[in-house]
Amino acid sequence: MIARRRGTTPEPPAVIRIGPRRGWVSLNLRELWSYRELGFFFVWRDLKVRYKQTLFGALWAVIQPFMLMVVFSLFLGRISGIAPAGVPYPLFAFAGLVPWTLFSQSLIGSSDSLVGASNLIQKVYFPRLLLPVAAIGSYLLDFVIAMAVLGLMMLYFGLLPSATVLWVIPLTALAVATSLAVGIGLSAVNVRYRDVRYAVPFLVQVWLFASPVAYSADLVPAQWRAIYELNPMAGVIEGFRWALIGQGAPPPVGAILVSTVMTAIVLVLGLAYFRRVERTFADVI
Amino acid sequence: MGNVAISVEGIGKRYRIGLQQDRYGRLTESLWGALRAPIDMVRGKRRESGEWIWVLRDVSFELHHGDVVGVIGRNGAGKTTLLKVLSRITEPTTGNALLQGRVGSLLEVGTGFHPELTGRENVFMSGAVLGMRRAEIVRKFDEIVEFAGIEQFLDTPVKRYSSGMQVRLGFAVAAHLETEILFIDEVLAVGDAEFQKKCLGKMSELGEGGRTILFVSHSMPAMLRLCQRAVLLDHGRVVTAGPTHEVVRAYLESDLGRTSERRWDDPSTAPGDDVARLRSIRVVPARGGRGDEIDIREPIDIETVYSSVDPGSLRPMAILHFYNDEGTCLFVSNDTVNREWRSTPRTRGIVRSTVRIPGNFLAEGRVTVTAEVTSNDSAIVHASEADAIAFQVVDRSDGDGARGDYSRSWPGVVRPMLDWTVDVLPESWGR
Repeated sequence: MIARRRGTTPEPPAVIRIGPRRGWVSLNLRELWSYRELGFFFVWRDLKVRYKQTLFGALWAVIQPFMLMVVFSLFLGRISGIAPAGVPYPLFAFAGLVPWTLFSQSLIGSSDSLVGASNLIQKVYFPRLLLPVAAIGSYLLDFVIAMAVLGLMMLYFGLLPSATVLWVIPLTALAVATSLAVGIGLSAVNVRYRDVRYAVPFLVQVWLFASPVAYSADLVPAQWRAIYELNPMAGVIEGFRWALIGQGAPPPVGAILVSTVMTAIVLVLGLAYFRRVERTFADVI
Repeated sequence: MGNVAISVEGIGKRYRIGLQQDRYGRLTESLWGALRAPIDMVRGKRRESGEWIWVLRDVSFELHHGDVVGVIGRNGAGKTTLLKVLSRITEPTTGNALLQGRVGSLLEVGTGFHPELTGRENVFMSGAVLGMRRAEIVRKFDEIVEFAGIEQFLDTPVKRYSSGMQVRLGFAVAAHLETEILFIDEVLAVGDAEFQKKCLGKMSELGEGGRTILFVSHSMPAMLRLCQRAVLLDHGRVVTAGPTHEVVRAYLESDLGRTSERRWDDPSTAPGDDVARLRSIRVVPARGGRGDEIDIREPIDIETVYSSVDPGSLRPMAILHFYNDEGTCLFVSNDTVNREWRSTPRTRGIVRSTVRIPGNFLAEGRVTVTAEVTSNDSAIVHASEADAIAFQVVDRSDGDGARGDYSRSWPGVVRPMLDWTVDVLPESWGR
């Protein structure tokens, strides 16, 4: 019972150094990776807990973007020029809503992740970065379900995807990276300033209108287009539409490139801030 | 360094006072402060950034592999902060520490539990949060469930558990943590006495398994039994470190107001009324000297001195209530057990009542005595002093006590030495 049931020679014990850190500290992704199992447990818990005691369960993953699509179609769908000709508006809206929902849910989830786990943060050690990252995991599953529904819709409207559909994978990664970039920074600010809690839903709302979800980016006047596309979600959503229902149009390479660069900048800033204030989380939260 | 598992050098931790009250610092305030800062600077007014308090100061010690060391101190001495710093939950302001091996920290029972998840799911969740691998949890799952004794509720959400069941399950997971280094905070303060003992037993096993344990507890018996060495913290500093019984004694002696001797020199402030007042109470060990720490085999006297100021027709008597660590009343006794005293008429004067408590009678642990002077006839309590004195009963388990050869946890509020007769019978017996 007491005796170690380990096999052969035990691995040399890890050495942990504790001391005040000053200035910038390295990311230590290796450590984050070594805690991946705990990360999966967080995702698993989120999935288990989210739809417990609900009537519709995982259906909620689809209900939200679907209802938004219905609303958009009813009120905006008949405005001429809001979507390119030849593409059914419901499909156009849903193809934007699916990545948007992934992004917005992930952003809200990860920016609230540290505060939501304040008890854990005060009682046990693990790389804190794990929390905002793992908070996104469960929404990826929701996203997969929503993508399946999107596929069914495409069949219904008689649109068969071409090989460009493979672009969905890197574009999804970009959407996740964008929500992570913003979410990591905001989660750390949230520890100190609970204002974030109230600001994030508002931010997401504004962001929705600043992104080509309900309308086509072509509606944006040309002289504003460059500024408009600094919003990383603009490139992601345009890319998504092109990959799924683009019908041979040229890919929005510029927008996607700008998105990637913007996301990278925000991610670096967010990570830097996070690592810098991480050491005070347990004291302040 | 070789055998050193934990080395702590000059660890200090500073907190800002007031942070506690205003922990949700608001953004506007901070922005306002940021705007004002340069102006104040120009004006030569440096804004005082609040008061700072050192919760830990210059703490240094070393633990070797397999050491089980206790941390003793009053509330607010910095014990929990020390564990938090060493667990990497919070960062020290000064100093360094080096830990060799996997670290597990048990700062609460049921870390990582989610009320909506079932018992089964929470075993995995809590295990993972405490640092166990999935495969490890799978391997120990049955053992954990059996230890907790909640087999039939495995698939019930934990929110429907009684708090006792939650504690048992939480502890069962924690007790199966197999890290080389373990930090344990006061977790034994919760749960029922029986289960506490079981946990103590499990922890002893951990210690014997070669694990390095740093253990915070208010339970001196647990300290004395589990830890070879102890560290006494006061106001964030290490006061004493050394063999547990010495440190425990130093602690109890320093713990003013909770000692084995009390005197009220000024009768006007002594507990009492116009009829009777307490004057002093103390523990007198048979060997003499102070009675802060008593060997379990040793008889002791409790000497109560009280004055009958103006008894009139009343008949004051001294009553002593004995309590253990858990607040259980062990027994009550009064001085009219003495037949002669019972029939003595009360006059003005000073009374000294001494009661002998035999050796091999009290269980080990901290015993607190409440002293009362009461008149039976009219049930008037003249003087009452809760927790007037306290002393520590220590069982060194040398083999000639009531434990016999048994060295593990030993329940019971008393520990009498009873007569056993043992005969070895022939195998044909009873046929």
